[in-house]
Amino acid sequence: MTTPPLHARPRPVPLSRRLTPMLFVLPALLLTVVVIAFPLAYTLYQSFTNWVITSPNPPKFIGLANYIELLSDRRALQSLGRTVLITVFSVGLQMVLGVMMALVMNKHFFGRGLFRTLALFPVVATPVAISLIFVTMMNPQSGVLNHFLQGAGLGPLQWIYSEKSVLPSLILVDTWQWTPFVMLIALAGLATLPNEPYEAAMLDGATPWQTFWSITLPMLMPSLFVALLFRAIDTLKLFDTIYAMTQGGPGTASETVNLYLYTLSFNYFRMGYASSMVIALLAIVLGVTLVLIRARKLAEKNA
Amino acid sequence: MTVTHAPVKAPTTARRPKNKWVREHLLPLLISALFIVPIVFVFYWMVSMSFQTQVEISSNPPTFWPKAPTTEWYSELMRRMPFLRYTWNSLVVGVLATGIGLAIGVPAAYAIARWRIGGLGTLFLITRITPAISFLIPWYIIAKRLNLSDSLGIITLLHITITLPLIIWIMIGFFEALPTDLEQSATVDGCNAWQSFLLISVPLVKPGIVAATILAFIQSWNNFLFAAVLGGPESQTLPVTVYGMLSFEQANWGPLAAAATLVCLPVIIGTIFFQRQLVEGLTAGALKG
Repeated sequence: MTTPPLHARPRPVPLSRRLTPMLFVLPALLLTVVVIAFPLAYTLYQSFTNWVITSPNPPKFIGLANYIELLSDRRALQSLGRTVLITVFSVGLQMVLGVMMALVMNKHFFGRGLFRTLALFPVVATPVAISLIFVTMMNPQSGVLNHFLQGAGLGPLQWIYSEKSVLPSLILVDTWQWTPFVMLIALAGLATLPNEPYEAAMLDGATPWQTFWSITLPMLMPSLFVALLFRAIDTLKLFDTIYAMTQGGPGTASETVNLYLYTLSFNYFRMGYASSMVIALLAIVLGVTLVLIRARKLAEKNA
Repeated sequence: MTVTHAPVKAPTTARRPKNKWVREHLLPLLISALFIVPIVFVFYWMVSMSFQTQVEISSNPPTFWPKAPTTEWYSELMRRMPFLRYTWNSLVVGVLATGIGLAIGVPAAYAIARWRIGGLGTLFLITRITPAISFLIPWYIIAKRLNLSDSLGIITLLHITITLPLIIWIMIGFFEALPTDLEQSATVDGCNAWQSFLLISVPLVKPGIVAATILAFIQSWNNFLFAAVLGGPESQTLPVTVYGMLSFEQANWGPLAAAATLVCLPVIIGTIFFQRQLVEGLTAGALKG
């Protein structure tokens, strides 16, 4: 932070000095505009046309027709429902398990360093590779997961091959991969907690359970909130895992918004219609983010 | 969580050290193992499968430990396709996207932190939030029109959309934590903004730059979607190659496991070496963002 010396009188800043910050950000800004903002503006324009790449007719301006179609497109609405479902369950599980994991890993036990390193592996491993290994493990006939289930006296599951179990299976894989990320953020939060409240709680004879609920969890909330925000954004965008494991199947049972968009644009080539869906998706993701950020500010104010 | 209740009577002094050891070492170790075993098992399974014979891979019950480890799948991978070339592609894209991301992202993060340009910070957060597929569709059209599909250049350009926001968000945190006294005295000595940035601030945030570099490279290395849509036989990257292993042959999991092992290997080794920096980057990028 720059704190100007007390005796300094405000002087007009020379133009070159005011331009300097711009020069630092200009390359990054330009690149972002060229690679993301401009294409998005183009997408917005296209969402008002009926462009289909494979059609011989030139695209026509059709106003809001794509958006109206979107509202009555059952496949689109169902894919949105699945996206929300996966996000809520995945992130929820990851938050609970991640905090539990952080609480134990925060103890100074023998072997903790090795365990922490191993826990990082899923966060850095290539999602497509991991997903495909899970596909082999979830094979109904020879997969190792069914071998374990049957060993425990539980029936074999169809995993990603049945409409009923495909979404839970995908949630399982996402949770496997990202719980350690929540743990990391929670561990970083735990490291900053002050000691005094714990000493006071010990004097008061609080049980570990009470200490957790009334001291650790409330003080950890800001960190957990950031973990929640990042996981929610990333799960709403989740593509690699689902595409690699099921491609949206069986049927359309695991088709999320991203997957449907992919099919619309790169299989059906309905660029105009897909564009309207891109804009809607972007609005949803931005909306969720803004709501979460606002909720965090409100929570901080009340705390 | 298991909460063990303390015995009502104080344990005898002779038993106390042992109980303490159980409580402070053994119990946390066992509970964490519940989380770690499933994590390690998947990686173990991947590597083990890549060394199993065809018979072992399709056996029921599954093979846990290959009896006669074979490197057949690895040599098949090298023989049947230009696997090293795809590795090279991934490497080139990753290095370029990370390098360019650093070259333009670090100054941008510095400016945002130093001169408090909050609005721009939000802009780069939005690029982090935007689903990749939404700007991929226009880029697919542009690539088709300009005959640029199947070129590493355009894939690299799109990979910068992953590395740049990440680098900016990690670096903002590190620059904000930097005291400004040193810079101010440099300004008094006649340094201009660029000089004090390059000579004073950048060397001080080296740990942050290392963290951002590792994380950005990993994200680029792991990305599947861009190369899957825009890549071709010439510009295929490793994740696309791994994906291809499944669709070609349904139950032939040997080459798939070998390819998956090879694509994960560099990031796993990197994690072991740069564990501390990686954690710093992940938590800084998340917490300060």
